[in-house]
Amino acid sequence: MINVESLTKEYGTTTVVDRVSMLIPRNSITVVVGSSGSGKSTLLRMVNRLVEPTRGRVTIDGSDTRSEPAHLLRRRIGYVIQGHGLFPHRTVAENIATVPRLLGWTATRIGSRVEELLEVFQLEPARYAHAFPHQLSGGQQQRVGIARALAAEPSVLLMDEPFGALDPITRAKAHRELLDIQRRFGTTIVLVTHDMDEAFRLADQVAVMSEGRMLQYDPPAALLTRPADPFVSRMTGMADRAMRLLSLTTAAEAALPGGSSGPSVAATASLRDVLSELLWRGADSAVVTDEDGTPRGHLTVEAILAHGRPR
Amino acid sequence: MPSVTAVLRLAAFALLVAFLLAPQSFAPLFAPLTPPGAPPIYDQGNLLMLALAHLATVCCAAAGSTVVAVGLGILVTRASGAEFLPLSRALVNIGQTFPPVAVLALAVPLVGFGEKPTLIALFAYGLLPIFENTIVGLQTCPPAVLEAASGMGMSARQRLSSVELPLAMPLILEGVRLSLVINVGTATLGSTVAAKGLGEVIIAGLLSNNTAFVLQGGVATGLMAILLYDAMTVLERRICRESAT
Repeated sequence: MINVESLTKEYGTTTVVDRVSMLIPRNSITVVVGSSGSGKSTLLRMVNRLVEPTRGRVTIDGSDTRSEPAHLLRRRIGYVIQGHGLFPHRTVAENIATVPRLLGWTATRIGSRVEELLEVFQLEPARYAHAFPHQLSGGQQQRVGIARALAAEPSVLLMDEPFGALDPITRAKAHRELLDIQRRFGTTIVLVTHDMDEAFRLADQVAVMSEGRMLQYDPPAALLTRPADPFVSRMTGMADRAMRLLSLTTAAEAALPGGSSGPSVAATASLRDVLSELLWRGADSAVVTDEDGTPRGHLTVEAILAHGRPR
Repeated sequence: MPSVTAVLRLAAFALLVAFLLAPQSFAPLFAPLTPPGAPPIYDQGNLLMLALAHLATVCCAAAGSTVVAVGLGILVTRASGAEFLPLSRALVNIGQTFPPVAVLALAVPLVGFGEKPTLIALFAYGLLPIFENTIVGLQTCPPAVLEAASGMGMSARQRLSSVELPLAMPLILEGVRLSLVINVGTATLGSTVAAKGLGEVIIAGLLSNNTAFVLQGGVATGLMAILLYDAMTVLERRICRESAT
């Protein structure tokens, strides 16, 4: 658990981050959203002390981040930045081995960890371990950047606009991968972005920042149903908020018991996708099925619409 | 298939070695340039020894320039040393703009005749290219890479030694190469203050009005400069092959 207590950063007379407090639960993804200049990156960089706070403090699992030298603290915290920042003069394997080497792991332990991560990130070791970053595609470079950040098994991973440089298709894939990785390693992830769609896709809880202040810190649905500030409504988008709300619930979560006729939809599909499918087909109801085709229940248009209203 | 440049390089090297080892076999070539009665080939010293002394002087001076220029370059690119940048740059520029001959003239009364004044002149003359290249190399490291290095938990020193210097290395080596090549030529001036080197041959030629000597000293120096340039290029490639883009 990360406890951010009244964190403030001032440069001269300008306050970049203004008394931000938040409790970031373990094993979850927290997304900090804000426009450029909102202080979101500074907030993130105060967690691993790339920026030293003017006031306030951060504790990780109860221990103050200032209780050890900053560079030692950072070896325990994964860090991913926009444009990956891979070391161009080092191979993929060497890049991933950066932190384990700093920590003085044995060569065999480093080797097996690197291999494991390459497998996890679908980079065939024989082909990519000794490649240089410039020989990879943008998506692969980003994956290596995340693998490098996770190499020393940090419990916390900080990500600063990690997918900003990727095209939409690669980004969607990167989002799915990140969710898988988070589930697999149980890492506590704090991610900064200006993209509200990205926030809704990934976040267990979203923090909205503007002009250095934190306007709201809630699960995604609450941003839509109970926006704390007009700015939050503007960020989430008023026009399609019902559809956004639908996109937060999966078919499996909303499925009603019993079978019904109609097209079959995947249990993992969002209600937004199911509704769209029903509209397209002119059907009133759909059968929710597992990956192997077993029916899990059904959904009606009426039931879906009920999920699009604030409760 | 060896490339044309490789063949030329090999030929130049063979020519230089042959000339230094057996200068007398080139006598017929230089005879037409020799005044009547004078020897066609420099005979007041061993050419090979002179060439090696020349090379040693240049390399010693370059080693000194490299240590000081890279050290200064590192210092002024740290946040704590940034204020020394204008001062360092001014000093290094003076080293380059002050004519080496004048440095020799000023150094002789202080350290006497021989290699010492030459080393001082070459050292001062060779600082600038290395210093400027070091600064550019260090300042153009991609900010994202530096941020990542710090974010991974490297200390300032680790970041410098394992990220910044390796990334700046191609430019630093280029500066060293420039400095070496400039100084192979400049070192001939050292012979005016009794430093051992190929300049001796040129000066002997000028004093006795023997064009053959002047040409021998000049060509040997020129070939040495070219070969040194090539050797440094090869070395740079070997050291920097990993960061090649």
